[in-house]
Amino acid sequence: MIGDLPVAAFTSTETYIASRDLEVAVNAAVSLQRPLLVKGEPGTGKTMLAHEVAAALGLPLIEWHIKSTTKAQQGLYEYDAVSRLRDGQLGDPRVHDISNYIVRGKLWDAFEADAPVVVLIDEIDKADIEFPNDLLLELDRMQFFVYETRKTVTAKHRPVVIITSNNEKELPDAFLRRCFFHYIRFPDRPTMERIVAAHYPDLRSDLAREALNVFFQIRDVPGLKKKPATSELLDWLKLLMVDDLPAEVLRSKDTHVVIPPLHGALLKNEQDVHLFERIAFLARRGGG
Amino acid sequence: MFAPFLLALRGAGLPVSVTEYLALMGAMREGVAAYSVEDFYFLSRAILVKDERHLDRFDRVFAEAFKGLEAAEGLNPRALPEEWLRKLAEKLLTPEEMAKIQALGGLEALMQRLAELLAEQKGRHQGGSKWIGTAGTSPFGAYGYNPEGVRIGQDKSRHKRAVKVWDKREFRDLDGDVELGTRNFRLALRRLRRFARQGAPVELDIPDTIRSTANNAGMLDLKLVPERHNAVKILLFLDVGGSMDEHVRLSEELFSACRTEFKHLEYFYFHNFTYERVWKENRRRHDRVVPTEEVLRTYGPDYRLIFVGDAAMSPYEILMPGGSVEHWNEEPGRAWLDRLTTHYRRSAWLNPTPEGGWAHTQSIGVVRQLMAGRMFPLTPDGIEAMTRELGR
Ligand SMILES: Nc1ncnc2c1ncn2[C@@H]1O[C@H](COP(=O)(O)OP(=O)(O)OP(=O)(O)O)[C@@H](O)[C@H]1O
Ligand SMILES: [Mg+2]
Repeated sequence: MIGDLPVAAFTSTETYIASRDLEVAVNAAVSLQRPLLVKGEPGTGKTMLAHEVAAALGLPLIEWHIKSTTKAQQGLYEYDAVSRLRDGQLGDPRVHDISNYIVRGKLWDAFEADAPVVVLIDEIDKADIEFPNDLLLELDRMQFFVYETRKTVTAKHRPVVIITSNNEKELPDAFLRRCFFHYIRFPDRPTMERIVAAHYPDLRSDLAREALNVFFQIRDVPGLKKKPATSELLDWLKLLMVDDLPAEVLRSKDTHVVIPPLHGALLKNEQDVHLFERIAFLARRGGG
Repeated sequence: MFAPFLLALRGAGLPVSVTEYLALMGAMREGVAAYSVEDFYFLSRAILVKDERHLDRFDRVFAEAFKGLEAAEGLNPRALPEEWLRKLAEKLLTPEEMAKIQALGGLEALMQRLAELLAEQKGRHQGGSKWIGTAGTSPFGAYGYNPEGVRIGQDKSRHKRAVKVWDKREFRDLDGDVELGTRNFRLALRRLRRFARQGAPVELDIPDTIRSTANNAGMLDLKLVPERHNAVKILLFLDVGGSMDEHVRLSEELFSACRTEFKHLEYFYFHNFTYERVWKENRRRHDRVVPTEEVLRTYGPDYRLIFVGDAAMSPYEILMPGGSVEHWNEEPGRAWLDRLTTHYRRSAWLNPTPEGGWAHTQSIGVVRQLMAGRMFPLTPDGIEAMTRELGR
């Protein structure tokens, strides 16, 4: 099946800033047809990556979002016995063909597609710890067996598989062995500037500078419950732009001036707001 | 060149196997990293590392392994042909050895033998021995020949950089600050799970559906029940006394394993032994005190109580009023332990010190007795034994 896929050519785009190591990891996974496991702090663009890879390769994206109750089988198919029973009672002729009651899952859709697709398995760590093990064979061979119809479904084209995890659970070794892995490091300042510019090309540069100063200062506060990440920064910038706030406000050492524009977007819980207030207070005393 | 690199990675605790090795070869052949040394670094990292905690170790090994190869004109690594491993085995090992290795577990053992050979090779290197050298017949001559491997290009400008990416050690703070090895603990804790139906009815209740369908003269009448959830409630008492410092890691692993495995989890800290008060926040030991009474009042007997502590102290601390090393306790600690173990019908003590040494510490014997023998080592096996006890 090699040769199906377009030449692996994932790179940074206007809208998505990918570091070189991420580009290499994606291209390696695509050309060797291995799933790519992506980890990293929340909001560092893991989910968005799959969209970008699909766009870059010109392939459709099939998204499978995992919840704590998701079972591996649901990605393959489910047999809707209850509907069949009901149809049987109502005398519906469909009832004679069991395949009418096989509900396809996301992986089946991906396997049956006429052209290669990108499959996103988002937040795999949300599921039960056995979940990844239950998909080993399917991801290896890109095929599975449907017991009800005694048919094997085999991928017409091996899909590009991108899997994200937030590290809530450890993944089994056997699963990891089959994946390539990339850890998205939290963007450094220059990268963050590029990400911001990608989202808000019209942002005033003084505001951007001050906002990034505040943002990285906040991230440096030790003991924050939830460090703000890229997505929070972007939300917050949007608020600042809507309010058309002068950049000086962000430079102010007075927490009563600084905190309100932060709260909600950057600092998401009371405890962190208090912590920040205390630290800002100390800084003010130290500085003055 | 790759073999020593991979062996060094294994030596540093990264679980690389032949699978990853072959994948790396494959990627090189596909030309994924054909442009620069940096890309080669990124590529091998994406393929050989599976866990961000290992990234820093990877960087160190990479720097070490590829250090000597930087000639004046830049790095000049050569890829090895894919059949390299097999050829190596054929040439270096006798048929008997091959058979033995197959019997021993195949490639794993092969890597082991390889390590030994490489160690030998190091010693003989100077004289241009049969192991290394320009003679293309030696499989180690693969260092010098490369009929089909992919060359890594030499991007000169990149080499001028003062610091190479892998020398920046950007992943240093990821090494080890996250929970480690909780998987085994969690699998062991699973036995404790007790499922109960709570929440919205979404699951088909087959017996009830059949019954009411029959009542309905055969017309289907669906009956639903809520999904089953793990309903076990856990109360953790964690010892943060000084002698526990060396076990912090293990206790944390247990803690995070419990946290992901159980929805109903409450935890408190204590110092050496149970007295009339415990703490909710370890750092604020002195202002966030919770009376043990309150714990007993707040959390019902259906909670399963797990103590985690080394139980290493002077027996006075357990048996005498005023025995505590931290404060004046009116009642001996054992009175509180008795209260706790009576109120909570299921309780156990996990001890992070190795079981073999328990007999040498008097206080461990005392606590074991007070717990009626329900003390278990803090290992996956110990936890499993404990869950059997608590699950009864
Ligand atoms: N490298 C980037 N380039 C451009 N935008 C980015 C980048 N990283 C993050 N973003 C922005 O941050 C938002 C959040 O990203 P995304 O939802 O993909 O993060 P995530 O890592 O999947 O987070 P979570 O772990 O919470 O699911 C994106 O919608 C995007 O706007
Ligand atoms: Mg996401």
